[in-house]
Amino acid sequence: MNNLLFSILVICSFLCLFRIARGPTAPDRTVAMDILGIVIVAFCALKAASSGMDYYLTIALAWALLNFIGTLALAKFLEGRGFDE
Amino acid sequence: MRESLGYGLMLFGALFDLFGCVGLVRLPDIYNRLQAATKCVTLGTCMILLGTLALCGFTAVGAKIILCIIFVLITSPTAAHALAKASHLSGIRLWEGSVCDQLEEDKKL
Repeated sequence: MNNLLFSILVICSFLCLFRIARGPTAPDRTVAMDILGIVIVAFCALKAASSGMDYYLTIALAWALLNFIGTLALAKFLEGRGFDE
Repeated sequence: MRESLGYGLMLFGALFDLFGCVGLVRLPDIYNRLQAATKCVTLGTCMILLGTLALCGFTAVGAKIILCIIFVLITSPTAAHALAKASHLSGIRLWEGSVCDQLEEDKKL
């Protein structure tokens, strides 16, 4: 069961990486990075549940915080300039 | 009982994550991708965290999980909103099949 859940989340991460590599504009890549961060939070929670080591949840909490700050900073950076690719 | 509830929630959460990421790859423009991915992945991650909570019960670890759920539920829509506004302001056009652009209408006023 745990292996199934982990493999589903790994597939999710690879779909996000595909969008990061392919995405035609910069906001596409930023969205995919945001989603990848949230998937990693879920991954940490699964790891904590399957191995019983609860410090993974601390990692998940810190990762959610840093992911939010990073996405917000990138959004503010993209807002300021014209973009035609 | 508690274990089957936890694993059921985790399975549904992982499937929601998977569908969100498929939407991220398949949909045509950034706004569609943003709304599909953000909603599905937020719900899926919260369900996985709830499943972990059901597995380990209301202890100190459970308090950390509840904090994490509240945090993801608050920050993920905020980041998505900021990103959508930023990409609209930086001039990325909508997909040609889109029917409604209220921010553009507001800018004309």
